Amino acid sequence: MARSNEPAFWSLFSAGGMVAAFLIPAAIVITALLVPAGKIDAENLRLTLGHPIARLLLLAMVSLPLFHWAHRFRFALVDLGLKKAKLPIAILFYGTALGSTICAAYLLLPPIFG
Amino acid sequence: MTSDGNVPTAAGPAPAKQYIRKMPADWWLKKPAYTRYMVREMTCLFVGGYAMFLLMLIARLDKPEEFAALLANPVAIALQLIALPMAIYHSVTWFNLTPKVLVIWRGEEKVPGILIAGAHYAGWLAVSAGLVYFAISGGADG
Repeated sequence: MARSNEPAFWSLFSAGGMVAAFLIPAAIVITALLVPAGKIDAENLRLTLGHPIARLLLLAMVSLPLFHWAHRFRFALVDLGLKKAKLPIAILFYGTALGSTICAAYLLLPPIFG
Repeated sequence: MTSDGNVPTAAGPAPAKQYIRKMPADWWLKKPAYTRYMVREMTCLFVGGYAMFLLMLIARLDKPEEFAALLANPVAIALQLIALPMAIYHSVTWFNLTPKVLVIWRGEEKVPGILIAGAHYAGWLAVSAGLVYFAISGGADG
C-alpha cells in the first residue's frame, strides 16, 4: 500500500475542530460583542493578549482551525464536483494553513523566547 | 476485474461500458439531511475566516490604535456576527459526534454516548466562561 499523509492531516483537522469548537464562539463574543459594546476595553484586551500564555493560545487558535478548514473545505469541494482540481486545491489550502502558522509564530513567539 | 470495464475478452465482445452515475451539482439540496451535512462542512469557512481575523489582530498587537480600529471596524463586526451562529453550529455538530470517535470502556461497559457528548458540552461552557472572564479581568490585573 502506498504511503499516505492522510492520518497526519486528519489529526490536524481533528485538533483544529476541537480547538474551534471549544474556543471560537466565546472569542467571537469577546471581539464582536463585548469590545464594541464597551464591556471590554480594546487596549486592555491588547495587553492581556500580550501575555505569554495568551500568545501560545492565539497561535493554537490561528494554526489548528486553519488546518481544520483546509481539510474540510478540500473534501467539500470534491463533494461539490471539483474532483479534477484535487491536487492543486490540497496544495493551496494546506499551504495557506502552513503559511499562516509560520506568520503567526513569527509574530507571537519572539517576545516569549527572546 | 478491470477498472474501465470495456476490455474485449476471449469469451466475446466487449461488455457494456461501466456506468458512472453523474452527480448533479445540487445533490446536497435534494434532502434535508444532505443540506445539513453541507452546512456543517461549510462552517469551516467561518472557522477559518475567524482564524484569519485573529491573525490580523495578532499583526496589530504592538500597534494600539490599529488594534482598536480593527475591533471597531463595522465590516469586521458584521462578518463576525454572521460567523458566530456558524461557529456555534460547528461546536454543536462537533460535540455531537464525539461519542462516535471517542469510545470509552469502563470495565465491560461502554460509557454511554450522551455522557461523552455531555462532558464536552460542560467543558465548552466552562472554557467559554473562563475565556470571557480572563478577557474582562486579565488586562486590569496587568
